[in-house]
Amino acid sequence: MGAGHAHPLYLPGTSPLHRARPQCKIAASLLFVLAVVATPREAFWAFGLYAVALAGVATVGRVPLTLLARRLVIELPFLLFAVFLPFVGQGERVEVLGVPMAVGGLWGAWNIVAKGTLGVAASAIVAATTPVAELLRGLERLRLPKLLVTIAGFMVRYADVIADEVRRMRIARISRGHDPRWIWQARAVAASAGTLFIRSYERGERVYLAMVSRGYAGAMPVLEDLGATRAQWLAALCLPAMAALVAATAWGVRP
Amino acid sequence: MTPALEVEGVAFAYPDGHQALFGVSFAIQRGERVALLGPNGAGKTTLVLQCNGVLMPGAGRVVVTGLPVATEHLKEIRRRVGIVFQDPDDQLFMPTVAEDVAFGPANLGLRGAELETRVKAALAAVGMEEHAGRPPHHLSFGQRRRVAVATVLAMEPDILILDEPSSNLDPASRRELAEIVTGLDVTILMVTHDLPYALQLCPRALVMNGGAITADGTTAELLADAELLAANRLELPFGFDPAALRAR
Repeated sequence: MGAGHAHPLYLPGTSPLHRARPQCKIAASLLFVLAVVATPREAFWAFGLYAVALAGVATVGRVPLTLLARRLVIELPFLLFAVFLPFVGQGERVEVLGVPMAVGGLWGAWNIVAKGTLGVAASAIVAATTPVAELLRGLERLRLPKLLVTIAGFMVRYADVIADEVRRMRIARISRGHDPRWIWQARAVAASAGTLFIRSYERGERVYLAMVSRGYAGAMPVLEDLGATRAQWLAALCLPAMAALVAATAWGVRP
Repeated sequence: MTPALEVEGVAFAYPDGHQALFGVSFAIQRGERVALLGPNGAGKTTLVLQCNGVLMPGAGRVVVTGLPVATEHLKEIRRRVGIVFQDPDDQLFMPTVAEDVAFGPANLGLRGAELETRVKAALAAVGMEEHAGRPPHHLSFGQRRRVAVATVLAMEPDILILDEPSSNLDPASRRELAEIVTGLDVTILMVTHDLPYALQLCPRALVMNGGAITADGTTAELLADAELLAANRLELPFGFDPAALRAR
């Protein structure tokens, strides 16, 4: 039965970053990304500073840099798009290793790669040091509508249950000789999807019934106050403040 | 003494016209452990949902420790009647075991140290204290069923209703749950078609079939009555000797 691992991105630990309040981490990474995006793409030194700062944060959180590098793989599909830009771009061209490339396209590709990588790295660090349950509470503290947080929580909770049901249905199908290879054999798969929808819908009703039976009246109870102190906020905002300063300087020294 | 649960002439039809209950009456005294036996489709679950006001009877009434089930005091009724549903995945939906156990008492308005004490006591009662911080889906099925019992115990109910508690459990989990149930100091109504489990845990049993109570007596006597069992689509497992029941 569904005894999978719900937090494949989480790296258990007790570092200062693990102990930081989730809302501080979420807000800090969001502001950091905004500062990175606002930095002019010509300021190579600024992106270097950002990368060094992120590596520092990862070290504080005991997140191995090799692991972080592996998790950056998720952005590959987006980078693939960036790789095409120098070839399909219009305008002025330069020769790189004998291949003519568009200058504008090169700048565009660099812009996507640098900013995308920094953003993915920042969120990977937050995910590695914050369990999913805490992320949800952090979002709630940041005044994200409670209904959305509740729905996200249910999604996390039941993803495994539903994936398990999909797996069991598939095994039952292939055990009866189903071997889909062609599109016209997709009928059974489609029927399974329909059944799964009905089953999940019915489960939703049963979950609601069980909640009502335990006194649910439309609002999730707030169990503990996870408020952050001013010191915790200040510590968390160090990184985005530094990034904002770098971004502002980069605009200032721009020729 | 007021009974823990009193059901008087309860009849109920679903909105689609299907009549599920035809005048059900019985009473359960405080501290009793009673089994509600019956085949699939007998109306057992429909009856259970009348007990905490999720469904309201079309006729008759349900009284829980002196308080009639009615819309104006549903909150108190749902504190007094704790239902453990058949599938623990339906019951456990919070990110961690402790939060799930806290959900019920928090809905009753408990906070802080008081809430924490309730959660700890409920988890201790089912032997799951060390799993408090884990997500429910990392537990085994038997452990999840025990946590589901704890989520209801945390509300300190007057009557605990267990819907098919032994379904899908391996023999060891089944025995562990039996030990927990017999150790609880609470009135219990256990809905099941697992007859040996009913015999092991409940001195008294009600038999239900076709939306009505067809028998009420000591579990051992009812299970030894082959004709009664056959008439209600109930069967003892292979190799189970009804003669041995009379000797008990």
